[in-house]
Amino acid sequence: MADAALFEFLHTEMVAELGAHHSDPGPGGQKMSLSVLEGMGFRVGQALGERLPQETLAFREELDILKFLCRDLWVAVFQKQMDSLRTNHQGTYVLQDNSFPLLIRMASGLQYLEEAPKFLAFTCGLLRGTLCILGIKSLVTASVASLPTCKFQVVIQKT
Amino acid sequence: MSRQANRGTESKKMSSELFTLTYGALVTQLCKDYENDEDVNKQLDKMGYNIGVRLIEDFLARSNVGRCHDFRETADVIAKVAFKMYLGITPSVTNWSPAGDEFSLILENNPLVDFVELPDNHSSLIYSNLLCGVLRGALEMVQMAVEAKFVQDTLKGDGVTEIRMRFIRRIEDNLPAGEE
Repeated sequence: MADAALFEFLHTEMVAELGAHHSDPGPGGQKMSLSVLEGMGFRVGQALGERLPQETLAFREELDILKFLCRDLWVAVFQKQMDSLRTNHQGTYVLQDNSFPLLIRMASGLQYLEEAPKFLAFTCGLLRGTLCILGIKSLVTASVASLPTCKFQVVIQKT
Repeated sequence: MSRQANRGTESKKMSSELFTLTYGALVTQLCKDYENDEDVNKQLDKMGYNIGVRLIEDFLARSNVGRCHDFRETADVIAKVAFKMYLGITPSVTNWSPAGDEFSLILENNPLVDFVELPDNHSSLIYSNLLCGVLRGALEMVQMAVEAKFVQDTLKGDGVTEIRMRFIRRIEDNLPAGEE
């Protein structure tokens, strides 16, 4: 079984490498590298979701699925639960992690705030991918006010 | 009660697959970014090296192994402690050269290649090349210049996966002239 630290090391290196390779100095640059990372996270999220046994997938409500992400998925990926889940009961959810492991190694507070989005892109995709397999189309974005706390916003797309 | 147990097993399974799946996504992306397999191999090696130079600190902090006195000890630590800690497998150490400066790590199964099949047009791809970079980078931080390369690969139809490790030289600390 692969140790959790390996994923963190790999993720950090991916951000450094793909971030450099895919950005250009123009304004579109960073966006391109973020979408590459997000896309990879999406595929991994789908693959993780596909491996869940059928019983786990028998959710009754949308909220149950979000709770599953906050508890089971987060524990599997980050060895901790999400710290809070809020919703407007109209398809928008805000998941808050007060000490997001992929941001922990960076200084806390406001330093590196500009760098933070690159470290969140993969995870946004991961959430979006798992939701996709669970039958939910969504848009997932993340914001950081102060490291290492971050919020993931999940907006359910009604088809 | 059983719901709790299910939750635990699911988490464990997902977390062990996370690295493998992420690595697969990385290799897929690199194959898109680079024209040929050789460039992907180089990129994987470089990324592995960057990981290795940081991983060694994590390893030394968590494993409590002391300084290795020779290459044989190093080989044992790599196989029995490091691989076990990070990948949950214990490769065997074999095929020592007479001079004691080369050995092979034999992996019966390689966790990185679960669920992976190489497509036909990527026959030169060394899928797990990140591992070679990691070994090289980590050992460099403990003053050993080594070469690591795959000589057998189950992905290519071989029976086992074999990494050949070669000791090149000891890296001396650079002291400024006149200091001891």
